[in-house]
Amino acid sequence: MSQRILIADDEPNILISLEYLMKREGYEVSLARDGEEALAALAEHRPALVLLDVMMPKKSGLEVCQALRADEALKDTLVLMLTAKGRETDIAKGLGSGADAYMTKPFSTKELVRKVREMLEARA
Amino acid sequence: MKPSLRLPLAIGALGLALAMLATASIGLVWATLDAAEREAVVAVLASRAMLVVMLWLAVFGAAAWGLSLLMRRHIEAPERLREQAQVLLTSDEPQAIAVQGSAALQGLAESLNALARQRSQLRQDVAEQVAVASRGIEQERSRLSALMAELTQSVVVCNLDGRILLYNSRARAQSRAWSRTPQTAGGAELIGLGRSIYTVFERQLVAHALDALQQRARAGQAHPSAQFVTSTASGELLRVQMAAVRAPAPLPGEADAALSGYVLMLDDITRDFAQEALRDRLLLGLTEGSRASLGNLQAAVEMLELPELEAPMRERFQAVVREEVATMTARVQTLANGVLADMKTRWPMEDMLGADLVAAAQRRIENLGSVRVASDRIDNTLWLTVDSYSLLQALVYLAGRLVDEYEVRSLQLRLQPAGPRAQLDLVWTGQAMSTETVMSWQMDAMRVHTVGNSGGGTGSEADTTPLTVRDVVERHGGEFWFERERVRHESFFRFLLPCAAAPAASETAGPTGDGARPEFYDFDLFQTSAQASALEDRPLAELSYTVFDTETTGLNPSEGDEIIQIGATRIVNGKLLRQECFEQLVDPQRPMAEASVAIHGIQPQVLVGQPTIGEVLPVFHAFALDTVLVAHNAAFDMRFLQLKEAATGLRFDQPVLDTLLLSAWLHPNQESHRLEAIAERLGVAVTGRHTAMGDALVTAEVFLRLIPLLGARGVHTLGAARDAALQTFQARLKY
Repeated sequence: MSQRILIADDEPNILISLEYLMKREGYEVSLARDGEEALAALAEHRPALVLLDVMMPKKSGLEVCQALRADEALKDTLVLMLTAKGRETDIAKGLGSGADAYMTKPFSTKELVRKVREMLEARA
Repeated sequence: MKPSLRLPLAIGALGLALAMLATASIGLVWATLDAAEREAVVAVLASRAMLVVMLWLAVFGAAAWGLSLLMRRHIEAPERLREQAQVLLTSDEPQAIAVQGSAALQGLAESLNALARQRSQLRQDVAEQVAVASRGIEQERSRLSALMAELTQSVVVCNLDGRILLYNSRARAQSRAWSRTPQTAGGAELIGLGRSIYTVFERQLVAHALDALQQRARAGQAHPSAQFVTSTASGELLRVQMAAVRAPAPLPGEADAALSGYVLMLDDITRDFAQEALRDRLLLGLTEGSRASLGNLQAAVEMLELPELEAPMRERFQAVVREEVATMTARVQTLANGVLADMKTRWPMEDMLGADLVAAAQRRIENLGSVRVASDRIDNTLWLTVDSYSLLQALVYLAGRLVDEYEVRSLQLRLQPAGPRAQLDLVWTGQAMSTETVMSWQMDAMRVHTVGNSGGGTGSEADTTPLTVRDVVERHGGEFWFERERVRHESFFRFLLPCAAAPAASETAGPTGDGARPEFYDFDLFQTSAQASALEDRPLAELSYTVFDTETTGLNPSEGDEIIQIGATRIVNGKLLRQECFEQLVDPQRPMAEASVAIHGIQPQVLVGQPTIGEVLPVFHAFALDTVLVAHNAAFDMRFLQLKEAATGLRFDQPVLDTLLLSAWLHPNQESHRLEAIAERLGVAVTGRHTAMGDALVTAEVFLRLIPLLGARGVHTLGAARDAALQTFQARLKY
């Protein structure tokens, strides 16, 4: 059974690429366009991994991540944060909020695919 | 005993002694004789009694003469010498002592004269040395104050108590911006000699910096300094740098001289800060915004590289790429505009002599080559406030286009006053050209040939600047147009530029007294001891005073009369600080009696729209903080102030001295103690009476002259002066 991935980002221009990419890799994909949608999608679809943008309207990626870690049912979800904030303090903050990994935009899609596969395989 | 009686008395005593001697000898002889012999002697002497008396008188006369000679020589002459020596001792310009009397006395007088000459010589030497030294000090001080005046940075020097010993005019000007009420006191309530720096900065901030300074000094730094950033009451950001002022010599047993005070250098960084913040925002916007866009682009491009991509999907990814490229382009454009605005404000506006600007423009334009520039009708007294760098660029750019595009070979510069502004013309003859064409130049970014390349003849190097002529004109708040004079075949570009006050005029502006440089420093305050003794016991000459006067709508505050003007000046360390003044009209919000208008000449309509007493009094309170109040007939002015205490919540509870009462105590027999009368008596020139400021200044001068007179009568301290005033007050009450 293929695993489900949630992609949460407010920019449609990245969503379209990531969706195509992940589907091509054989994952089932759900999409969310802001923080609240992301939480709703998490509860509904129970994905194994979420690609989470930091800067989103309504709830930021950091908040989503904290909420997810606090939720007994969801806390095992893998979180890979994607963000344009590349300063060391931002990375520390992301990992501090409970993310499993952190990638700074722009990133190579090959790199991203490899990272996602690694994380899921480590879990399996 | 009177010297004139001494000789007769002495001679009398001598006569008496001689008479007694004669009587005693006669008595003795007489006692040894028997009766017959006595008869024989009487018989012999009776006929010769005259001879005996003559002999006695001759002896007496000779003895008296000898006695008077001896007295004159050995008693009176030393006495005179003693008196002359005493004169010598006390007088500053001694006459030589007459050399007379015995040889010993003559020698003594000569020695005394020699000593006196020696002393005069020594005194003269000392006086000369003192004069030379004080000339040196005066020179150093005026050099220092000239230097301070030129600094564009604000400088304030304080002693360890935080009292201001020195400030420059820049600090004073800046304090205007920090003041909560800039139009009323203009910062004079913040920066002034003897004022506390803690009214400007938090005490802890200064103490903290001072600690750091002392630590660094102890750690052996040669020029320790500390720094902090703070904000003022009006919200300006200040960067404050603190450097140590050391005592002139180390105390015995210490390696280094102790701190005796500190220098504060103040930079208003509000604008820097705003610009830096803007730059930060732009930079952050560029990096983070671009990262996101680049992320989208990279992902889309990598998808496009996938061989199996179908046409509709390919189309969607291409749309993403197009959109992101457009976003990035727009972002870069915004950023460039922001940086541009920054570059436009890079050069400061400064005062410049118009003729200098014209001369510089002339040289620069001629450097273009193949053009001659004449200057004509230049007003040499005009001062401009200009950003000379960009204005010169504009002139050179316009000249360059005339030369290149219309082959103009001869130009002229004119500078004339035009009302409150100055008009700067760039003139050429011949060559009709359309207004539209030449006026369109002002909107083009200026390309200016690099300065100083005329020698090499390269001519092709050019400075480009994002600025246009229009930008330069707007920067100056000026105007710019093209005009033609058909009769003379002349065309010209005209710049209207802001004028600056000629610096000479601005320096002499303000009441600085008899041509002296304004007192911006008072190093004597360094000596003021840290533990200020109780105010009562402080010498009058050492105190800080606020001398003030008010004009009012009438004489009865209890019946609703109000203050309409307050004028005040300060005396610190016995010096009148004419440049630290407070002058403010007040709207009394009630009609004024005709009689009052006649006295002070302030027309009621002038007062409309002035601040009310409720706004002015807090500022005056701050101005008078930590000082002794002085006024002529102070009771009158104080009543007006005290009646406002309830309304404003401000108490003027500092000590008050009254020049009227002090004068009455000093000269109880004088008829008048009106301010004019006292001023005349003490030789104070009276100017500008019956304006609050004028009266306050006269009162201050009078007060300064009263201090030594009081001192001569044993009144040295504030407490003694108040007692004296109280005495006269009570004495006057009795009448």
